[in-house]
Amino acid sequence: MTRSKWLWGIPLWILAIAFLAPFGWMISTALKPDVDAYKIPMQWIPHPFQWDNFTTVLSGATSVLPAFGRSVFVAVLRVAGELVTATMAGYAFARMSFKGRDKLFLLYLATAIIPAQLLLVPRFIYFQKLGLYDTLWALILPGMFTVLGTFLMRQFFVSQPAEFAEAARMDGANEWRVFTRIYLPLATPVMSALGILAFVWSWNDYETPLVLISNPDRYTLPLSLTNFVDEQGQIAPGLTMAASVISIVPVLLVFVVLQRRFVAAMTHTGIK
Amino acid sequence: MATATLVSAGTKARVEQGRGIRPSGWTGFLFIAPNLLGVIAFTLIPLISVLVLAFTDWNLVSGIGGITFNGLGNFVAIARDPGFWHAIGLTLVYVVVSVPLTVILGLGLGIALNRPLPGRAVLRAIFFLPYIVNVVAVGMTWLMLMNPKAGLVNQVLDVFGIRPGWFASSHWALPALIVMAIWGGVGYCSLIYLSALQDAPRQLYEAADIDGASAWAKFRVITWPSLLPTTIFLLVTLIIGASQGFGLIALITAGGPGDATTTISYYMYQTGFQFYRFGYASAIGLVTFVGVLVLTLFTWRAQRGRALND
Repeated sequence: MTRSKWLWGIPLWILAIAFLAPFGWMISTALKPDVDAYKIPMQWIPHPFQWDNFTTVLSGATSVLPAFGRSVFVAVLRVAGELVTATMAGYAFARMSFKGRDKLFLLYLATAIIPAQLLLVPRFIYFQKLGLYDTLWALILPGMFTVLGTFLMRQFFVSQPAEFAEAARMDGANEWRVFTRIYLPLATPVMSALGILAFVWSWNDYETPLVLISNPDRYTLPLSLTNFVDEQGQIAPGLTMAASVISIVPVLLVFVVLQRRFVAAMTHTGIK
Repeated sequence: MATATLVSAGTKARVEQGRGIRPSGWTGFLFIAPNLLGVIAFTLIPLISVLVLAFTDWNLVSGIGGITFNGLGNFVAIARDPGFWHAIGLTLVYVVVSVPLTVILGLGLGIALNRPLPGRAVLRAIFFLPYIVNVVAVGMTWLMLMNPKAGLVNQVLDVFGIRPGWFASSHWALPALIVMAIWGGVGYCSLIYLSALQDAPRQLYEAADIDGASAWAKFRVITWPSLLPTTIFLLVTLIIGASQGFGLIALITAGGPGDATTTISYYMYQTGFQFYRFGYASAIGLVTFVGVLVLTLFTWRAQRGRALND
């Protein structure tokens, strides 16, 4: 058993190292002078260590910190908003009974399969009309009301026993109290899973800001990574990679700290 | 779920009363309202306007007043538009090459990672990492890695005496994007497969062991059938995802060199946001959506056919 463990382990680790190579290159390049970025053969350990790339990217006129802040702002509001609207709607779709509920839910499911790109053109026009074009609200608002989040929460609440609600109603609790005092506390694991996913989606979103944000002063982090490319399309390797490393850190932290929940969230979003 | 919706409303209400759900009247709507209003405002209304815009001739520069209906004009134009068909062809190549390879490699990796291995948890995390990193950081890195002259990839390939031009070459740009897509998606597939493998029927494996079945026989008779729904799920989501593949193209190649990587979603983006032909772009979006939907249903049906034959 142990021998076969290593027999399989070694090729997999070699493959894993090949998979990691781009990230190794990213970190290595972030720490070296630009002249060394394309050295042949590649020099993995920077010499000297050019910490200046990080200082430049974090301070001064080209700092990505404001963009970092905007990404945090957008992500926090999106996650908070999505959690509120999705838990309420998911709960109602699962545990309340009213006219047209199932038809409405079917409509929800139908909109979930629409590709986001189909909506790019009309959203662009709308946000211009609403005065939201080129503001962070264009990124935040649609992210607060999602069908996928509602679907996930509904799937959870459907699996919860109804007896709790009956008992609480017997004691004279109204629907809102039943929801907030009984079912919501039970939902914290699913809510954190949805929260993690919503954070990662928001943090990594590139297409929406590409279309809806034009002023570089309002760029979120992914867009700001393109700032280190000059007019001829030449990339400043050190600065771009330093900024890229910084952009990855929050997602990496979420992933490492909450790995089990994250993986559970990934595998349960559509499959079960 | 589909069967549940087929049950008549009356029966369902009675069943649910038995389960402790009682009619909530308007309260239920109040719970849904915040989400529903947002979905209507930011998804449903834009969606309906795509349907309308697709039948109009509208250049953004002419303002809302400049919208003129032209019936099926856009669709006739699409049928005759070589740029559209070129983009469709590229998208098909991209989907047909990248999706099956990602799924097959993901399956192999998932099975391998399900075995006892030194540092298994770390390995799983490593393969999944490309999936969670933002497309710009990933794209910028690969753009430099695939630099034809001095990029790391060609430094390695030099050993074999080949030097692809990657993003600088109209032959290699699409393969380069496919390599990146596979690198990004394999870990995700293996993760989904892993969770499916954990649910695989253990007793069947034990019975097969007693019968002295070979590893291949066990895979073919037990593992593969139990993974079929997962495979279909992955195929469908990856087909949808790949046919929308856009971020990397916008970032790295801008559809080029020439039009070598102008896939359909990038073609739609160009039409809408560079040439401001919003009506025509909406029609392209609509046609593509219907195409992807048909492709998806086809994949779905293929699975059902298989299930019936077995």
